[in-house]
Order: sequence, then structure tokens, then C-alpha cells
Amino acid sequence: MDTFQTLLLGSVLVPSIASLGILFFLLNDKQMAKKVAYLAFGFPCIAGIILFFNFDPNHTGYAYEILYDRMGLQSLGITFHLGLNGVSAPLFAMAGFVGLAAALVAIQSDTDRLPLYLSMLAFMQSGLMGLFASIDLLFYYLFHEFALIPTFLMIGLWGGRDRRTIALEITIYLTLGALISLGGLVALNVMLDAPKFDFPSLSAAILADGLGIETQKKIFGLLLFGFGILVALFPFHSWAPRGYEAAPTSVSMLHAGVLKKFGLYGLVQLALPLLPAGGLSWGPYILWLALGNILIVGAITVAQNNLKSMIGNGSVMHMGYCFLGLGVCSSLGASATIMLMCAHGLSVSLMFLVANNINQRTNTLEMNEMGGLAAKTPLLACFFAAATFATIGLPGFGNFWGEFAIFLSLGGYGLDGSGEITEKHLFLVLAALGIIISAIFGLRAMARIFFGEQSEELSAHEKKSKINDLSLAETIPAVLILLPLMFIGLWPKGISEGIDTSITKRYELLEKGGSNYGLPSCCPVDQVFKKDVNNQSQSDAKNVEEGNQ
Amino acid sequence: MEELIGFSQENLWTEIWPELTLAMGAILILLLDLFLSKEKKGNNICGTLAVFFQLCLLVYHLFDYLLINHTFDRSSFSGMLRHGFQGDLIRTFFLLSSLCVSILGNRFLQMQKLRFGEFHHLTMLATAGLMLLCQSSNFIVLFVALETVALAFYPLVAYNRNSTKSLEAGIKYLVFGALSSALLLLGIVLIYGVGANPSAWSAVSPGPYGMDFLSFDYVALLLEANQGHLLLRAGVVLVLSGIAFKVGAAPFQIWVADVYHGSPMPITAFLAVSSKAAGFFLLLNLVNGPFEGMSEFLLPLIGFVATFTILFGNLAACAQAKLKRMLGLSGVAHAGYLLVAVMASMHLAGDSDRAVWVVYFYLYIYLFASFVVFGVMSLANLSDDSTHETEHYAGLLKEHPWAAISLLVGIASLAGIPPFGGFIAKLMLFNVAFEAKLYVSLVAMVVGVVISIYYYFGWIREICFEPKLRFDDAPPENPWSKLGNIGFIKWTVLICALVSFVLGLWQGPFGDAF
Repeated sequence: MDTFQTLLLGSVLVPSIASLGILFFLLNDKQMAKKVAYLAFGFPCIAGIILFFNFDPNHTGYAYEILYDRMGLQSLGITFHLGLNGVSAPLFAMAGFVGLAAALVAIQSDTDRLPLYLSMLAFMQSGLMGLFASIDLLFYYLFHEFALIPTFLMIGLWGGRDRRTIALEITIYLTLGALISLGGLVALNVMLDAPKFDFPSLSAAILADGLGIETQKKIFGLLLFGFGILVALFPFHSWAPRGYEAAPTSVSMLHAGVLKKFGLYGLVQLALPLLPAGGLSWGPYILWLALGNILIVGAITVAQNNLKSMIGNGSVMHMGYCFLGLGVCSSLGASATIMLMCAHGLSVSLMFLVANNINQRTNTLEMNEMGGLAAKTPLLACFFAAATFATIGLPGFGNFWGEFAIFLSLGGYGLDGSGEITEKHLFLVLAALGIIISAIFGLRAMARIFFGEQSEELSAHEKKSKINDLSLAETIPAVLILLPLMFIGLWPKGISEGIDTSITKRYELLEKGGSNYGLPSCCPVDQVFKKDVNNQSQSDAKNVEEGNQ
Repeated sequence: MEELIGFSQENLWTEIWPELTLAMGAILILLLDLFLSKEKKGNNICGTLAVFFQLCLLVYHLFDYLLINHTFDRSSFSGMLRHGFQGDLIRTFFLLSSLCVSILGNRFLQMQKLRFGEFHHLTMLATAGLMLLCQSSNFIVLFVALETVALAFYPLVAYNRNSTKSLEAGIKYLVFGALSSALLLLGIVLIYGVGANPSAWSAVSPGPYGMDFLSFDYVALLLEANQGHLLLRAGVVLVLSGIAFKVGAAPFQIWVADVYHGSPMPITAFLAVSSKAAGFFLLLNLVNGPFEGMSEFLLPLIGFVATFTILFGNLAACAQAKLKRMLGLSGVAHAGYLLVAVMASMHLAGDSDRAVWVVYFYLYIYLFASFVVFGVMSLANLSDDSTHETEHYAGLLKEHPWAAISLLVGIASLAGIPPFGGFIAKLMLFNVAFEAKLYVSLVAMVVGVVISIYYYFGWIREICFEPKLRFDDAPPENPWSKLGNIGFIKWTVLICALVSFVLGLWQGPFGDAF
């Protein structure tokens, strides 16, 4: 095992070992538990950065592979198989960043029973790192579920209003989604009967045998709705805003930022490339549901008065863009989705982090009980502005590139080769309205919290405790998230190359999907970028045909 | 003497040495109880002796199985019993379960000031009967073993003479148990009635032991040749109904909640684990043995029962306030999941070992998880253990973290949450069900598991979170403050919890057989 493999395995194992260590030995030793937590969250973050930058973007397969095939379920092809490819490497690094920031927030907070809190958070982090590092599908699923019990316990123990009810509700909802997607995974396993139950083996098996269109449609439906519930696809989103509102900040950050990407990752890496016919036939429905996320949940977001529930709803709304990228069923759309997943994971956790800072200063999350904070806390205002701009999708932040590429792919979706505007471009127009919606709620929140007159409630609260700007310790986690967000925003090629290589390789089948399955073709990248070339080649073809005649 | 040796070799008495030893031990305990003083000391000796006896037997049996007797598929007693790999798995299962019941029983008997001797005697006798029952290869042995078990269970359910609930449960179990035995017997009689008249069907081919009209081999031929025979069909359905009573499958689940609720805690566990498992071992033997010819007729029937059982068990469990009732009804749901695996084993006829193995694995996982749960429950210092409610668990995490964490593991394993054993069992079950194309049952299972989250996590919620706001002044009694002597329960619970956890991540040789 070389250094990089050790780093990969370590970033999965270190948090869980630390978690058990805190749970069994350090429950009463706050200081020591904090030190262990720095290690538990620092290691995956640093490992993520190193592995990401060491990853060769032109490498099509998996790197740093670790394989242990004596786990016990060999007959199902289940092995313990870790590794990173172009798609998972940036997400893996993102999970490391968000995890460290969430842990720093937790360490700084004066939560009671802090060691227990850190222990559960570390267990969750272990699952998150493992999720993106798994090549084997069962472990991919298993690592996601690792986070389920800690989430339940943490919402119930440290959550906000109605925590008992919400903890149970969210668990039931997520189990439903997880079981439906498990059904899809089991179906794939049984139907394909590949030697190993991991991403590359299944791809190989499907290229060799293939599945019928009807089977593909059914399995894709299972995966879509199973994963869709976990990603809060409209109309299965109602658990998410309530859950994020009630959950403690670190859990909201990890859940909305990273854990929720589980389902999208599965759809991009597994469902679309393996079940092209399923994807193509479900595509239009995905687009409509995604518009539900963007427009309906968007409208709900605008109406929120509570800051945390606004952020929660906003995050559900932005999942709509990710689903738009998927619904287009092209490699461009899928790559854009991955890009947006990275950026959104960072931006939404920054939002929750800043909301926590605001809450600590104002002792409320109701936006009409705030106002005029910018004068007292300029630095906090800057971070909130950055997070808001990122969420809206302004250039300079990663979200811009993700959303931009999704719009490009949507533009391509409407093209039928003639280059004219068709009725399918309606999706593009409606989706673009979402940008305006995010701008409305984002900027209005900005105005109501930081500008204008200070509200009476805030003045009353200020008399009791002075309002200070962010301290250095509070700035660090925010910077930790903002840096990668701007890195993607200013140099998108840093992550897009690896994603592109990997996706192009995996999506060969889908790109040819139309001709293979007699379904409406998806849009190849060159129809968007090389329209002239395309027209040229078509006219060439015509000339040839005419010449033949 | 030579005659005796010859007799024992002819009938292969050595083949059933674990059952014989256990029954001897049971009689020994009873005699000991008779001659020892009636003081507290005598009780303690009986209890400890029973536990150690069973532990030694279990260890020696494993040792014997793994190292010495490693042959497969033997018949003894003129084909009345069949032994083999599965038989040894079954023996291990029942020995393990009865050991745990005895450990739990010692604390219960001490708390309720009941007599030790008879309890352990009956438990061990029932276990010996269960072991024979599941290896039987003839309807006579099946029925005799079943009645041995049932006769031991009736007094055990009513063992707590201080509690009216227990007596009531005893009566209910007696009535329903007798009814189920009667159904089973009627079914056997019908099959015999048709089969013993060779002119009733043409294909006569005596088995290796001559014409034994009640042997499984003969019945298998009979049913294969007469699939549409009405009386035979009725017989088969009646036999299966009798077994459905034992496993608590709907629509024969009506006794479960009341009997589980009233019986002493260790016996609730015994019913939940051993009695149910026996039903499934038997069912597997029957549907893949003598009743195989009727598969086409039975499959829709069992399919309906399984789906109904899953939904009924889960929905009814949601509404229960008393934990023992809830566990009983969730056990009904588990029986439904297992029925799906049994159906899969019928579907995948050529390749049925996989589905059979799923049932075994599931039952083992269920055993470990159940004894974690019942073990922690039996710790509670309640005057009447039928009053268990989730509210009693509010103080557990503070007072005894080890018990609370083990209980979490047990519940999560029952609920099928990764990374615990229950999840792997469910995954295997999903897999075989999908292979057998049992899509309706799969949907029912998914729905059932999601519903079960409500009551399982509702319990976890009470263990971990701060208690619900109460508007009356009386705080719920805290049963965890003075536990007193808990004997081996701590180790039992911890070991079972550890096994549940380890099997969830690494199945090793257990998964190989799948």
C-alpha cells in the first residue's frame, strides 16, 4: 500500500476510530476530545486535498485502489473496494473541507456533552468520506447509512424546536428513500450478475450483455425515486427544510452540504451511464420535477421569515438545478451537475455556518427581528454576502460554472440538429427564472439582516449582550469553505478536467443511447459548442447523398 | 450387554446424543431440586448448574461438530430422523437460545421469588424437543416432538403464579396451542388417510425403509403424484396452518400479543426466538421436502399470508404502548419477512440452498438481536414485567451506558439498519426475493421496514433523548437504580450485541455459504 492509498483508507478509518475512542474513553475529558476531533477531521481534509491535487485529470479509471475481497458476501460480488476517479475526487475533497469546517463550528460552540457530539459527528464524517471513496456499491450505500443513526441522535439530542418529532420523521423518510434505492441496487446486482458489485464491473457487464429497455426503465425508476427522496426531489422534499431547521448547525452543514449529494452521485455515476434507456425515457419527467424544485420550492423560500428555514428551502431549490443537469441526459449535463454539487455543498454549508454566527449574535433566527447588523459586524456581513452571491450563482464562485453549464446543456436539449429554437427550450426559460428567485430571497435576506433600521428586539438584546464581529477562530471555518468555493469559481478547469475525462468515458453508452434504443437522442456536447461544424458536416453529408444520387 | 450395544448401533442412538444429554440434564436438575434444601441456596445451585450444563453442552457440541463429526446427511431410527449440516446448525441455534433463556431466567426467578428447578427442567426439555422436531423426517416424530415442546411451554408461559397476566396468558396459549395441534393432527390424518390406501394412487414405490405411510419420502411421492387431490390439499393446508400458529403468521397471529405480554420475560424471549425458529426450520423441511409437489398450489397461499403478516405485524406494533406486546407484533412482522425467504426457497427449487441459508442467517441474527433486547429488558427492576413501556427507558443511558448502547445495537439490528447484522440479513433476503421474482412481497417488505422504523426508533428516542414533557407531577418510576445481582446477563447482552455488530460488517464464513 503506497502513501496515497494509506491516505485514502486513513481518511475513512481515522474519523471512525476517533469516534469510538472518544465514545469509550474521553466522554468526560473535553479538552482531549477536542484534540482528537482536530485529528479526526483534519486528517480527511488534508488527505482530500493531497489526493485531489495528485490525481491525474487524464486518468479515466480509478486511482489509489484498495481491494479486500474477503468481507463475507463474495457470492453477491461484494468486496471492500476504495478508490477515486475524476468525479469522486473533487467531491471527496469537498467533503473533507465541509467536515473540518463543521467540526470547527462544533468545537467552538459551548454545546453540552461536547465529547459525545464530536464522537457522533466524527462517525458521520467517516461515512461521508467513505461514501465518495467507495467503488463497491454496497459499501457506498452502507457508508451513507452510517450517517443515519448519528443524524437521528444528534437532531434529537441537540436540535431545535420539535426535535423529537422531526428526528423520527426524517429517519422514516430517509429510510424509505434508502430502501427504494437499495431495491434498485439489488435489482442491478441480480439482473446483471457481474463478478463484482462495483461501478466498473457493472459497466463492463452492461456493455457485454445489456438490459432490455423495459427493465432499464423500471430499475431507473427505483433508483430515481429512491435517490430522489434522499436528495429532496420535488415532491419528496418536505423532510429537508424542517430537518435542517431543527438540526444543530454542524449536522445541517454536513447533511445539506455533503450527505445529500449521495443520491445525485449515485444517479450520475451509476443510474445514467448504466441505464441509458431508462435515463432517456425518464428524462422529461425529471426535468418537470426539477422545475417543481426550482419554481415551487423557490417561491416557498421567498416566503420564509426564519433564516435557517430559508437556507434549508433554498438548498432544496438548488437541488432542482442538479436534477435539470441529470434530466438532460448528456455528458455535459452530468458534468455540470457534479460541478454544481461541489460548489453547492460548499456554499450551502457556508450559509448555515454564517446563519449560526448571526444567531449567536442576535439570539434569534427571525429575520424581521434583526436589521442593521452590517455596521457592527462588517466581516460577518462580507461572509454572508459571499455566501449569498455564491448561492445566486454570480461569477467568481463555483456555483456560477455549475449553473452556467447546466443552462448550456439545457440549451442543447432543445436542439434538434437544425439549430432553431424549439418548445423544449421552455425548460431553459423557466429554469432561468430560478436565478431571479434566488436573487430575490438572497438579497432580501441580506437587506433585512444587515441593512436598514435595527429592530427593537435586536436593540433590546444588544443591551443584554454586546454584539461583536467575527473573532479569528470564527473566521477560520468560513475561510476554509470560501477558499475552495472561489478556487472553483476562478479556476474551474481545476476540477472540470478530471470530471470531463471520467464522465466522457462513462457516458459513451448514453451518448449513443438514441440510436441504440430507438429513443429520442440526447444532446452531444458538440451540438452546443460546434454548431457550425455540425451544420457543416450535415451539409457535407447531404452533398455526398446528392452526389450518390 | 451385547444386545444393548447392538440395539444402540442399529438405531444410531449416538446420533442424538445432544438431545439425550440435554434431557438427562433436565431430569438431573429436577432430581437435584427435589433433594436439595428448599432454602435460597438450593435455588442458586440449580440455576447456576443449568447454565453451566448447557454452556458445556453447547461448547462440546460445537467442538464435536467442527472437529470430529463432520459428515453430512445421515438418517437414524429407520428414517425417522435426519441429521446433517442443517441439523447441527439447528441444534446450535436451540442450545444457544436455551442457554440465554436460562441466564435471563435466573434473574427473573430470583426477582419474582419463584422456584428454579422446574423452570430450567422445562426449558431444557422443550429445547431437546425442539431439536428433535426440526430434524424429524416422519410425521409421527414430528407430532410427538411438537407435543413435547408444547407441553413444556404451557406451564412455562404460566410460570409466574403471582401474576394474573401470566396465568391468563397460560390459558390463552393452552387453548390456541391445542387448537393448532388439533389442526396439525387433522392434516396429518388426512394425508395418512389418502396415502395409506395404496389403491388410491398408482405409483407405489416403497422407500428405503419399506412402506412407511407417514415418512416424508413417502408423502413426497404421494403428493407429487396427486397434486390436485382435494383431501391431500386440505391436509397440507391444515398442517401448514398448525405451523403458522407456531410462527405467529397472520391470520393465526391472534394469540401473539396477549401471550407475549403475559408470559415471564425469559419465556417471551424463548417464544420469540426458539418457538418461532422451530416453526421456520420445520416449514423449510416440509415445503422443500414432502410438500414440494404442491409448490404451485402453496405459493400463492403463502405469498398472501406473508404479505398480510408483514403489514399486519408492523401496523399493529405501531399502536402498542406496552413493549412486550410491541415486540411480539414486530416478531410477527419478522415472521412475514422470513416467509418471503421460504417462498424464495420454493421458487428457486434447484438453487434453493441460498434461500434456505438466508432463513438460517436471518434467524441467527434475530436470536442475537432479540437476546440483547430481552436481556436489557429483563434487567429492569419492575414488580410486574408486563408493564414495560418505552418511558421506563429514559434513565437507562445515564445509569448504565453499556446496557443502553447494547440495546441501541439490538434495536437497530432488528430494524435492519446498517452497519448491524439485521441489515445484511435483510439484504440477503431482498436478494433472494428478487431472484425469485417476488415483487409484491418485496414491496410489502419495504413498506413494512419503513413502518417498523416508527416503533423501533420511537423506542430509541426514549432511550437517548430527554424525556417528553409530562403534565402530571408523578415522574415515571426509574427501574434502573438498584439492579442487584444480574449474574451473567451483562456478558450475554454484551456478547450478543458485539456479534450483531461484527456480523453486520464482516460475515466471513457465514457469508461464504450464501
